[in-house]
Amino acid sequence: MKQIASWALNVATLRGATYADARIVSQRSRALTTKNGKVGSASDSESVGMSVRVLADGAWGFAASEDLSRSGVETTAARAVEIALASARVKEQDVRLAPEKPVTAEWTTPHVIDPFSISVQQNIALLLNIDSELRGVEGVTLAETNLNFNREEQWFLSSEGSDIHQTKYSAGAGYTAYAFAGNEIQKRSYPNSYGGQWQNKGYELIDELKLVENARRIAEEAVALHHADQCPEGTFDIILDSSQLGLQIHESVGHPIELDRVLGMEANFAGTSFLTLDKLRTLRYGSDMVNVVADARQEHGPGLGTFGFDDEGVPARCTPIITNGLFTGYLSSRETAHTIGENRSGGTLRAEGWNRLPMIRMTNISLLPGEKPLSLEQLVASTDHGILMQTNRSWSIDDRRYNFQFGCEIGWEIKHGKRVRMVKNPSYSGITTEFWNSLDAICSREEWTLWGTPNCGKGQPQQVMGTGHGAAPSRFRGIKVGSAYKGS
Amino acid sequence: MLTREQAADIFDRTKKFSSADEVEVLFSGGRFALTRFANNIIHQNVEDENHVVSVRTAFGGRTARATTNKFDDESLRRVVESSEALAQVQHPDPDLLPMPDTREAAGGADVNSTQAPSRYFAQTAASTPQLRADAVKKIVEVAKKHRLTTAGIYSSAESVEGIFNSRGLSNWHTQTLAEVSITMLAGDSSGWQKSNSPDVNNLDPLRMAEIAAQKTLDSARPAEIPAGKYTVILEPSAALDIVGFMFWDYSGMAILDQRSFLTGRIGSQLFGDNITIWDDVTHPLQTGSPFDGEGMRRLSLPLVENGIVKRVVYARATAERMKRCEQKDQVGPIEATGHGFALPNEMGEMPVNIVFAAPQNPQTLEQMIASTERGVLVTRLWYIREVDPYEKIVTGMTRDGTFLVEDGKVKQGIRNFRFNESLIHMLSNVEAMSVPLRSCGEESFDMVVPAMKIRDFNFTEVTKF
Repeated sequence: MKQIASWALNVATLRGATYADARIVSQRSRALTTKNGKVGSASDSESVGMSVRVLADGAWGFAASEDLSRSGVETTAARAVEIALASARVKEQDVRLAPEKPVTAEWTTPHVIDPFSISVQQNIALLLNIDSELRGVEGVTLAETNLNFNREEQWFLSSEGSDIHQTKYSAGAGYTAYAFAGNEIQKRSYPNSYGGQWQNKGYELIDELKLVENARRIAEEAVALHHADQCPEGTFDIILDSSQLGLQIHESVGHPIELDRVLGMEANFAGTSFLTLDKLRTLRYGSDMVNVVADARQEHGPGLGTFGFDDEGVPARCTPIITNGLFTGYLSSRETAHTIGENRSGGTLRAEGWNRLPMIRMTNISLLPGEKPLSLEQLVASTDHGILMQTNRSWSIDDRRYNFQFGCEIGWEIKHGKRVRMVKNPSYSGITTEFWNSLDAICSREEWTLWGTPNCGKGQPQQVMGTGHGAAPSRFRGIKVGSAYKGS
Repeated sequence: MLTREQAADIFDRTKKFSSADEVEVLFSGGRFALTRFANNIIHQNVEDENHVVSVRTAFGGRTARATTNKFDDESLRRVVESSEALAQVQHPDPDLLPMPDTREAAGGADVNSTQAPSRYFAQTAASTPQLRADAVKKIVEVAKKHRLTTAGIYSSAESVEGIFNSRGLSNWHTQTLAEVSITMLAGDSSGWQKSNSPDVNNLDPLRMAEIAAQKTLDSARPAEIPAGKYTVILEPSAALDIVGFMFWDYSGMAILDQRSFLTGRIGSQLFGDNITIWDDVTHPLQTGSPFDGEGMRRLSLPLVENGIVKRVVYARATAERMKRCEQKDQVGPIEATGHGFALPNEMGEMPVNIVFAAPQNPQTLEQMIASTERGVLVTRLWYIREVDPYEKIVTGMTRDGTFLVEDGKVKQGIRNFRFNESLIHMLSNVEAMSVPLRSCGEESFDMVVPAMKIRDFNFTEVTKF
C-alpha cells in the first residue's frame, strides 16, 4: 500500500503540488437486523480505494478512485492537482497549514474479540432471543433489533514524510419495541434509540450491554406509555439521563465549536455558529460545574471519536472546550488553527471513507462527571418537583445552534424526591447558553457513560461520521417543557 | 463509467461462483464532482469515481447480500461466498418470493418500451473543474456587487444503476445530475436558492445568486415577532422539505408494521380536497430509475386524490403479505407497484417520485403574498424531525429568508421561528398553491411540488436571529 501511495505523492509533487497526502482505506462492515421474529436484513460490505488531497497554487484539490493500478493512481493524483489549480481561480489568499511533525506509526483500536470472528448464527440467535423477549409482552406490535460491526484499515502518507497505518474497529447494538393502540404509537429503545450503543470496541461491547436482560422491561414500558398521562406543559426542573444528555452535548456544544462552521465554511448546508471568535475565553457557556473536553485519546475511553491519528496525521489530542463554565476551545484543523491563534491543529480532521474529503468532526465531546459522589437516585431524591426524561425520540436545533427542542421516549414526574408517575411524550426546549447555565447537578463517575452517535451528518457531499459523548445524568433548573405538543 | 456490457460480464462471472438457487447482482456508482465555496472563495473541490456490485443469493426462502467495489475474480468469488454464508445460516422465510423474471418485472408492459425520458445529458457529464470554477466566480461577483459573502456548491454527476438476476432479468439506467446551491450572507441576514436538473443547461446560477442576494438584503435587521399561529407561504423547497416526512408511511410494510400514520386511515378524507399527490417516475421533471430494488417496473399511481388517501405502494412480497392480512379490504388496491428497496430489508418500500397535481387555480408567489393580510413568507426549513408518529407532528426551524407579510406586501425580515405542526393539519389548511415545480431542499428528497399558502401554521418559539 505504501508503494501505491508513493506513486500518488510523486505525481502530485511533479505536477506542482506544494503539499500532498494520500489515504488508502479498506473498509469492511456487517449489518444484521431482525423484525418481528424474522431476519430483517443480513449484509456484508467491503470497499477499498484511495484519495489524494493536494495544495497547488495555494488552493485545495481532492480526487479519489477505486482504481489502485499504477496508471489509475497517477491519473487520480494528477486530477487532484488539476482540481486545485481550478480552485485557485477563486481564492483570496493561499491556504496556510499549521506545522505538524511527520510521524511513522502503527495504531489499532484496543479490542478483545474481533467482531467478525463471531459466527453469524450466534449473532442472529442473540437478536432473535431479544426479539422473543420483546414480543412476549402483550401490546408490543413491532420489535426491531440490530447488530453492526465495522473495521477500517487506513494507510496515510504525506509529502511531509508521515507514514501512518491505523486500524479501527467499532461495534453497535440495540433494539426498539413499538406499541400501537388507539391513535397513538409509543416506543422504547435500549440501550439508546436509533441503533443503540456504539463504541470503538470489539465484540466484547455486545456482551457488556446486557441486551437480553433489559428487553422485557423495555417492552413493558412501551406498552405502559399508552396508559401514562401526557407530560405537563410549563417550566420545570428537568433531569436528563446520560444518553439524552449525550445528544444534547452533541447538538448544543459539539456542533457550535466546529471551527469550520464558525468561519462560515458550512454556511450553505450545516449552518454557522453563535460561537464567533470574540467569544473564546470570554463567554460564560455554562454554570461553574460545566467542564467539557474534546478528547480523541484512548485514555478517554472507547468512543466513536477515539483514534491514534486524525486523517491529516495529527496525533489524538484533548482540548478543553468549557472550563468551569467558561468557553475555552474550538475543534480545529491544520488549515484553521491559525485563526484562533494556535500554532498546532486540534487534530479533528476525519473522513467518512476513502472517497471523501477529511473535515473537522467532533471527536469525543464529553461533559466530565461531577466530583462529589452522586447517583441518579440521589439526584432524584434531591429534586422537589421535576421531570426525569430518558432516551431521545426527536431532536432539532437552529442553524446557529441557539434554539433547540428535544423529545424523549419516556418521562417520570418527580415530586418531593420521588418518581410519582410515568408521563408520555415529554419534550423540552431552550436556548443553548441559557440551558447550560441552568445546570446545577451532575452525577458522578459511576453514572457516566461514553455514548456513541453513529449518524452525524455534515458536509457537501454529506458525510456520516461517528462521534462520542460522555455524560452522567444531570439536572437543569427552570426549563421550558412541552412546547412540542403546544397548539398542535 | 461502468457500461451495461461490462456489467453483464461481471454478472456472468459472479453467477459462476455461486451455488445458490438464485443470484441477483445490483450495480451502482459513477463519477461525482463538487466544487464548494464559502467566504467568496473555493475552499473545497472534490471528485471521485466508484462502482459497487452487490450480490444477493437465495436458498429456499433464505437470502442475504454482500457488496464490494472490486470486480476481479477473487473479489467476486469472495463476495459471493459472503452472501451465501450469511444466507445459509438463516431460518427459511415463507414470505420470500422467487426473484422476478423479465415478464413479471415489466408488469405487463412492453419490456422494450421507454417509460421515462432520457435523463442522461452529455454536457452535464462533461462538466469540468474549470467550468465549475468559472461559474462560482460569477456567483462571487454577484455577492461582491451587493457587499455580501457567499457560500454554496456546484456539483455534477453521472451515475449508473443496474440489476441482473439468474431468472434472466436485466435492467440498466444511466443518469446525470447537476446541482447548484447558493447562500448569501450579510451581518444579520441571509438568503438561499437551490436547484438541480439532469441537464446542466436548465440551471441558471446567476439568476439564483441574484435572488439569494435580494433575499439577504430584504431580510436585513430582522424584527422579532411573537410565536403563534400564522398564515404562512412556503416556497416550494420549504414545502417539499416538510411534506417529505410523511412519504415513508405510504408503504404497505409500514401499514403491516403499524408504524404508519395511515394505519386505519386509508380511504378517509385526511387532507383538504385541493390536495392530490401522485408517484410518477415518468414525469418529465422527475429523476431516477424506472425500476425498483428487485428490478420491478415502477408504476405511476395516485396516492392521494382530492384529500382522500387512496393507496400505498408495495414491494412484491409486501403485496402478497397484505393480500393475506385481515385488513386487506381496507387498504385500497394491493399489487406490487415497483417501489421496493433492495432485498433483504426491513422497510419494504416507499414512493420516491412525488408529484403534486397542479391546482385548479394556480397562484404565483406574488399573488399569494398580495392576498395575505398578515402572514409569514418562508424560504427554507431546517432540521425537521418527527415529534409524533401518528398525528404526524414535525418540528423544525425556518432559515435563510423569513419575512413578515402585511397588507399584501412583504414588509420586512423577521427572526426565525421553530414550528411544531401536524402534517395532517397543515395539508387540510392549504388555501392556495402555485404550479408545481421540480424542487430540492436538504431535509427530504427532490419532488415536483408547489409553493403553498397555509392558514394557522403553528410556530411555537422564536430564536435569536
